[in-house]
Amino acid sequence: MAGNNPNSKPMNLTLKVWRQKNSKAAGNLETYQIKDISPEMSFLEMMDVLNEDLLLKGIDPVAFDHDCREGICGMCSLYINGRAHGPERGTTTCQLHMRKFSDGDTITIEPWRAGPFPVLKDLCTDRSALDRIQQAGGYISVNTGGVPDANEIPIPKTIADKAFDAATCIQCGACVAACKNGSAMLFTSAKVSQLAMLPQGQVERKTRVENMVAQMDKEGFGACTNIGSCAAECPVGISLENIAMLNREYIGASFTSENV
Amino acid sequence: MSWFSKTFSSSIGRKLLVAVTGLFLCSFLVVHLVGNLQLFKGDGGASFNIYSHFMATNPLIRTMEIVLVLGFVFHIYEALVLTRRNKSVRPVQYAYNRPQDNSNWSSRNMGLLGTVILVFLIIHLYNFFWRARFGEPNMIPIEGTDYDDLYSVVVQSFHLWWYVLIYVLGQIALGYHLYHGFSSAFHTLGLNHKKYTPAIQKFGAFFSIVVPAGFAAMPLYFFIKDVVL
Repeated sequence: MAGNNPNSKPMNLTLKVWRQKNSKAAGNLETYQIKDISPEMSFLEMMDVLNEDLLLKGIDPVAFDHDCREGICGMCSLYINGRAHGPERGTTTCQLHMRKFSDGDTITIEPWRAGPFPVLKDLCTDRSALDRIQQAGGYISVNTGGVPDANEIPIPKTIADKAFDAATCIQCGACVAACKNGSAMLFTSAKVSQLAMLPQGQVERKTRVENMVAQMDKEGFGACTNIGSCAAECPVGISLENIAMLNREYIGASFTSENV
Repeated sequence: MSWFSKTFSSSIGRKLLVAVTGLFLCSFLVVHLVGNLQLFKGDGGASFNIYSHFMATNPLIRTMEIVLVLGFVFHIYEALVLTRRNKSVRPVQYAYNRPQDNSNWSSRNMGLLGTVILVFLIIHLYNFFWRARFGEPNMIPIEGTDYDDLYSVVVQSFHLWWYVLIYVLGQIALGYHLYHGFSSAFHTLGLNHKKYTPAIQKFGAFFSIVVPAGFAAMPLYFFIKDVVL
């Protein structure tokens, strides 16, 4: 409730925003002053206010990625004050509210930083490298025809829950952004383990992990050193256990698959 | 590329090599620590000198010495390749970054800690291993046989305050390295299970304190016993 919020007064903030014309241009942090920001606003709404101000001043608005604005789509990003999706745990940037900041704060906003995520403009990065990892093996073969009965294939509840937890990955790339090594292993492991745990994923199980890891390396992502910053910053709480499972799957597949 | 070289040049394959060699080096630490505990025996170094003679001459130990060197070489080489690759992934760094909010210092600085340990290792090998194998230590008779008096080399080295300091700092680096490395190696091997992982993590923490503390106790013991007191 707004009335009960001790921080409910409108805020004046200093923003340091990464501006970059295109992927080739050199970028820099620009400083903007922004006034009368309601604590009830989401971070992205604050960015909208900034852009309205900039338009009135005849300045090119800041480009940033967003879509559903309810934490589902994985489109929003932003490295806010040194953290992926900002200081709050378990949320995307669109779910971050301005009440987490105080009047007079300086907020530094940067794009995801990783070679495989080139900056397209300002805060927008090209995250299609993750799509290509997914395309390399993150699918199952399904027969066409009639719709199968629900619960036709029995799956233990614990396995179904674990697979579902892995499947909640929204592919936002925060894991890569937060990782010191720029590793995409939390993402890849969520996709691999989700399918490896379920009966439907068994057909491509070995080839999948081999191809997805090969694509991950080809895209130029780093190698995991089990730091855990990815899982700590993941907006949907993908667990580091998935990376252990990815390692297990990969080692097993390398030594036993038919792919010479 | 054959499947074998493809596997071990992949990011996960290299991690696997670092993990396996790391755990092997942990087993070496245990043997080295247990053997060297004979320094504390208070028998004027007789059992330590006999033990040193055995370690330097036994064919099985000499063979394992080669395996040990290979273990170090692979561990360092693979970690170096991975670290260089990881460093190149982020050509533009964050202007403002707060990794301390989401991870441990030791886990982010394994390369730095490993480098400190390597420097320590070179000093350590030069002073003891090199002198034991290729130097001319004094001979000492024990039960009628002459042995190299390595015990005196150790004791005299640990009378130098700066040498003791190097050892203590080296062991602190080793402790932090093991604090992340021990359980991390199991994770990399894919050995993660809710029944065993908590025990592995607890043992890893225990190992990372007890082993370096045991090694650090040796220079501190001789320095405090002979110089301070």
